[in-house]
Amino acid sequence: MGRKILLEHANVPGIKTYEVYRKMGGYTSVEKAIKSMTPDEVVEEVKTSGLRGRGGAGFPTGLKWSFIDKKSGNPRHLVCNADESEPGTFKDRYLMEYIPHLLIEGMITSSYALGANLSYIYIRGEYMWVYRILENAIKEAYAAGWLGKNILGSGFDLDLYVHCGAGAYICGEETALIESLEGKRGNPRIKPPFPAVKGLWQEPTVVNNVESIAAVPWIVNNSGEEYAKIGVGRSTGTKLISASGHIKNPGVYEIDLGLSVDEFMNSDEYLGGMMDDRPLKALVPGGSSVPILPAHLIYKNAEGGDRLMTYESLSEGGFATGSMLGSGGFIVYNDTACIVRNTWNFSRFYHHESCGQCSPCREGTGWLEGVLHRIETGHGREEDIDLLWDIQSKIEGNTICPLGDAAAWPVAAAIRHFRDEFEYHIRFPERIKNRDHFVAEPFEKVKHLVAKQEI
Amino acid sequence: MQIAHIKQEINITDALMARINELLSHYPADKKKSALLPVLHEVQDAHDNWLSIELQDKVAEILEIKPVEVYEVVTFYTMFNQKPIGKYMFEFCRTSCCAIRGAEDLMDYTCQKLGIKEGETTPDGMFTVVGVECLGACGYAPMLQIGDYYKEHLTKEKMDALIEECKAGKIDLHKQDHYTE
Repeated sequence: MGRKILLEHANVPGIKTYEVYRKMGGYTSVEKAIKSMTPDEVVEEVKTSGLRGRGGAGFPTGLKWSFIDKKSGNPRHLVCNADESEPGTFKDRYLMEYIPHLLIEGMITSSYALGANLSYIYIRGEYMWVYRILENAIKEAYAAGWLGKNILGSGFDLDLYVHCGAGAYICGEETALIESLEGKRGNPRIKPPFPAVKGLWQEPTVVNNVESIAAVPWIVNNSGEEYAKIGVGRSTGTKLISASGHIKNPGVYEIDLGLSVDEFMNSDEYLGGMMDDRPLKALVPGGSSVPILPAHLIYKNAEGGDRLMTYESLSEGGFATGSMLGSGGFIVYNDTACIVRNTWNFSRFYHHESCGQCSPCREGTGWLEGVLHRIETGHGREEDIDLLWDIQSKIEGNTICPLGDAAAWPVAAAIRHFRDEFEYHIRFPERIKNRDHFVAEPFEKVKHLVAKQEI
Repeated sequence: MQIAHIKQEINITDALMARINELLSHYPADKKKSALLPVLHEVQDAHDNWLSIELQDKVAEILEIKPVEVYEVVTFYTMFNQKPIGKYMFEFCRTSCCAIRGAEDLMDYTCQKLGIKEGETTPDGMFTVVGVECLGACGYAPMLQIGDYYKEHLTKEKMDALIEECKAGKIDLHKQDHYTE
């Protein structure tokens, strides 16, 4: 059994309530931090732990904290990013739904470290029932004296509220999230200035993912050094993986970073192998934005080494033969999945979610969706694959926020690894018309047909 | 998009106003605009799940901001409805993870059963079916959102049962007491 740090008490009956959570050792990190540590010591502890942002970018959390402007004397804020919208990712929801007080505890300890007296949890509007769960948990924490004025007689004040979005993927980007929290459209801001200097209401702000904040109590209780012992190299600690797609046991799993992809996929403790024992065709290891991997690059990297669940191992080989750990949205595809249809599906998502601020993304995502749709429905043209490549390369790197990159990468990777499937769609439109959703011709057959022709 | 003018009865009850004031207390006194999204959710829930221009003007008045600041937000976020919708809105997630587990088929099935197309409302105003993007329930696919809730691991049989429950008035869209469930 893998170790559980975040989900240790997830199955304890009544853990949603303050009494049970407290009985299981909850809120001790707040006591420890406030009574025996200075804010900077908490920041140092998190730095030592090597904890990296769990929202997808993997930026070291302690380092991000150390950038916050404490000198200006302006009010500071901690904002928890619970706008979980990356296709394939549903881990934060699990954490908040089942152990809401863990997040509240993390928010208090982290706010103390940052010297923030007014903090928010920004949750996506669709998670309305989780919003209410958090509201209740916050009420309980106020009643028990963990929030409000003069917490534990220390002189440290903290007000914490939960704020709901209203259905916009882009608000998961930290500056868009801040805009949205200010009651505006979710248009990302140009950086610099970074939120650590000018964030919410132009005041210094740190935005962290739910899972990152939830890891802080354990780090404070057990020391950053202990946390850093878990994992491999610069991928320390445990990570929540949300697994979906054609597997036996979809769901949320907490793993030690460094577990092999093979074991995660096939052991009964985790995913239990492929659904209906069909062959594995492809994997998106870190949410829809990261490059898709074909079967032969999933368990082994291009050099033949074992692929591990770490930030480094999953990205080995760069985008040519690797991918990214991202947010841990682990999507598995079997041989019935049509990569062209799936890529079109992702492109539709990004087109729908683009905020429209930057032309390359606003127009480019529409073009990607349109061209992919035409290929998928049997109206593709021979030059369309090059056209797709051209469009995605003109979006990448040319936008204010990473949504442009996130829209471009899945298309590039699909063409890179499954070009023959695109060609098959274009050359044999009659065979792909009127078939069931997502069911492709068996892959071997596709390969054979294309291999015979000169490209 | 030109939206035909449909009159909406505006009723800011005392209970709703109390809730709005509670939400406003979450932000500094000079940052009332920050409460816009949560307030719009509450106001929409209390008004048959849609926001007419008049109602948006009313929200602007309450938050002491310009009407256009409300319009631009309402048109940006997909959860705010600018026209009347069915009493029960089935929002099917159709993004990849749900799609490969049969979400599109289930949505087609539901549309056929209700005799409408995606995006339409039944003539009796009971049901609306829409396809939406990822709702964060990828491992529990196929699924849909109805009111504040998710219905997951759906099958055609479960869909039939859900429609019947809605018709019988057994679905509470904004149930508040799920904290200890």
